[in-house]
Amino acid sequence: MFVNDLEHKKAPLEGEVRIPSGCAVSAIIDRSGKKMTGANVIRSIATMHDRSNGLGGGFAGYGIYPDYKEYYAFHLFYNDFQCKKETEDFLITHFEIVYSSEMKTRKTKGITNEPIIYRYFLSPLSKRLANSLMDEEQYVVKCVNKINAEIKGAFVFSSGKDMGIFKGVGFPEDIGRFYLLDEEYEGYAWTSHGRYPTNTPGWWGGAHPFGLLDYSVVHNGEISSYDANRRYIEMFGYKCSLQTDTEVITYVIDYLIRVKKLTLPEIAKVISASFWSTIEEKSEEDRREEIFLRKAFPSLLINGPFSIIFGFTGGIMALNDRLKLRSMVCAEKGDLAFVSSEECGIRVIEPELDRIYSPAGGQPVIYTLKEGGAL
Amino acid sequence: MDTFIPAEYEVVRNPELCIGCRVCERQCSNEVHKYDKDLGKMIADSTKCVNCHRCVCLCPTHALKIVKSDDTYKLNANWSVQAMNEVYRQANSGGVLLSSMGNPNDYPIYFNKILVNASQVTNPPIDPLREPMETTVYLGKKDVEIKRDIEGRLVDTMPPQLKLTTPIMFSAMSYGSISYNAHESLARAAEELGIFYNTGEGGLHKDFYKYSKNTIVQVASGRFGVHEEYLKAAAAIEIKMGQGAKPGIGGHLPGMKISDEVSATRMIPKGIDAISPAPHHDIYSIEDLRQLIYTLKEATAYTKPIIVKIAAVHNVAAIASGIARSGADIIAIDGFRGGTGAAPTRIRDNVGIPIELALAQVDERLRQEGIRDSVSVVVAGSIHSSADVVKAIALGADACYIGTAALLALGCHLCRSCHTGKCNWGIATQRPELVKRLNPDIGYKRLVNLVRAWSHEIQEMMGGMGLNSIEALRGNRLMLRGVGLNETELKILGIHHAGESM
Repeated sequence: MFVNDLEHKKAPLEGEVRIPSGCAVSAIIDRSGKKMTGANVIRSIATMHDRSNGLGGGFAGYGIYPDYKEYYAFHLFYNDFQCKKETEDFLITHFEIVYSSEMKTRKTKGITNEPIIYRYFLSPLSKRLANSLMDEEQYVVKCVNKINAEIKGAFVFSSGKDMGIFKGVGFPEDIGRFYLLDEEYEGYAWTSHGRYPTNTPGWWGGAHPFGLLDYSVVHNGEISSYDANRRYIEMFGYKCSLQTDTEVITYVIDYLIRVKKLTLPEIAKVISASFWSTIEEKSEEDRREEIFLRKAFPSLLINGPFSIIFGFTGGIMALNDRLKLRSMVCAEKGDLAFVSSEECGIRVIEPELDRIYSPAGGQPVIYTLKEGGAL
Repeated sequence: MDTFIPAEYEVVRNPELCIGCRVCERQCSNEVHKYDKDLGKMIADSTKCVNCHRCVCLCPTHALKIVKSDDTYKLNANWSVQAMNEVYRQANSGGVLLSSMGNPNDYPIYFNKILVNASQVTNPPIDPLREPMETTVYLGKKDVEIKRDIEGRLVDTMPPQLKLTTPIMFSAMSYGSISYNAHESLARAAEELGIFYNTGEGGLHKDFYKYSKNTIVQVASGRFGVHEEYLKAAAAIEIKMGQGAKPGIGGHLPGMKISDEVSATRMIPKGIDAISPAPHHDIYSIEDLRQLIYTLKEATAYTKPIIVKIAAVHNVAAIASGIARSGADIIAIDGFRGGTGAAPTRIRDNVGIPIELALAQVDERLRQEGIRDSVSVVVAGSIHSSADVVKAIALGADACYIGTAALLALGCHLCRSCHTGKCNWGIATQRPELVKRLNPDIGYKRLVNLVRAWSHEIQEMMGGMGLNSIEALRGNRLMLRGVGLNETELKILGIHHAGESM
């Protein structure tokens, strides 16, 4: 795991201890596929400044690497050049490295102790992939896990195609400017996160979003079902090394989508299931489906307060816990759709809205690109 | 030739309160009390007293109490009075000592060394008085294939499940070991509560088929009372491979408890000890168990979950893993404190392991092997309270069986004399004049009260942890902390010590 100079203070790092946090989340998508810089999403999350405490912020942008959209974009934090060399030796034996460079950043007040940050566009070596007997995505996931678990000081924090996660320790608006998201990148969807952890891990890898392939999760809350979810999902080869809610939620969604082939609305019925009493009142068809999903995946019910925004290629899904113990509002204006912890995070970008509403607990809000919307 | 063994407990009567009504005399099947005409007062023979408290509870003037006798042998830290008395009894009789109910000895109770978490500040507690709080649980296999019909809708591929409104069931207690009225109380309570009771190996009395939707029937090594109708009537079938009170041996029912009705229900002769074989004689290995599981599934057209009940012994995790791979839908694990109507004392007091440790190991092993989803896990063996249920579920159980607690609700005072068949509370007896003391109309209500009270308490504790569904508690070991446990114990339980953070 990545170590920084806070280590001498002996504060436990993310992964060594479970750190509860409160947070702000925000997202924008242009359903026509039209691209925008990260400027607006930065303004949105900056408006909710008081929901963060300067100990973590981050963003995910979709559609930001059109020139390399066929390649896995790996973003890496390095502690030192030794682990960078180790990682690159590993990458070169598993992938064709199409392009690599240091991440472009700018000096920003309030952002200190930044690690060495690199970006690689990768394509799995075909022979190696064939010999692994895994499909391509499994292969990439396995490589990411191997680097994160085995190379001390290196951490892959983004690994999807045509998308990227940018995060660090600081207020989210400062992190956004640090990575030049307001100038350098244009995407059709952005999610963002400002973190309010209860203590100071001071580790950049611990910030959100958490990503796996092109999936990203930003999350506000502290789930009470954490260990039930973790111990269940770890049966299927996932390793929750960061001990964060975001990590386990990402794995749960990945498992249900990629392995179990459930749809997003079905996934919402698993992780934020309706109460039995509510299910009883539904139509026969819905009742049958929801009872089946609850019976089949009881250990993937995510309990306790959360509002999450799940990003994927082509869209976002916003979801609250079943009791709606965390605030979250959604809004639309033309092709634009917004999700935010607070209404102010939307109004600051778009004061006049076609529609604004608070989704009920457990009601998924899914915004995807319209047909023909350019990816 | 018999050595006199002094009474362990003494009946003390307050002469100022005693009105000579002779209730105690009529209530005591052990004939402790009698009216002495010459003395003109009630007297008691404490050597016959089993300390069941029937007389104490029914004395209208509260004139009676039972105290530990202060008669003692010369004090000896090595040879306890009990150890000496047992030697005398065996020298007197030449027999194996029999006991009833669970192991009463001073072994650790791990549930009492585990503490539960609560939410605050970063995560709100949930108020069960104002928000829904779900305790419903489905037992059975969960590892289903996701299939869709041509319109893309999910197809219900769930194997048969048991639906419990609260994660508590009544343990296997046979008709024979306990009375008709006790069985009726359990059956009616299970029906009202939306849970299940368990016939044990005594068959199902013809009058109780009407409660079959809430009945788990047992198939044990003696095959008592097993026939087609019995299997088909049940909600689930339990294969009894072992019992926590007596791992390694079969059931015991003393002949004096085998009345006409018990004989008919069990399909065995009246009045002769019914001792089940130690193994099932068609199961000498795991592959044989698989055959019995599938035989029962075939016999019931795959419509009922099959439970395999085992005793908690040293290699329980490996055994459970084998069972999970053998087609069982539910594994029931019975800890060494589990009760019984009759067991050899040496076995009851010296064989098996605590349920907490067995459960933790089974749950962890099934997860390591990726097969926790293939079975539900039900635990038994001294679940004392709702807190134990909460802790068991957080350790990894799907539900708990309660036996002793249910009998206590019916009036049992744990005198541990069930094997004598003279239960003054009408529970562990077949003598009609004693059985009628247990009124099933009252008994079932007391059981309903108990389980409802526990369910409320479970909801309170769940809410405190920020949970509103029992599923989210299952295996949620971060909610638990050990106190006063050593490293090995913590490792086996898979929990941190109190004071260690999340």
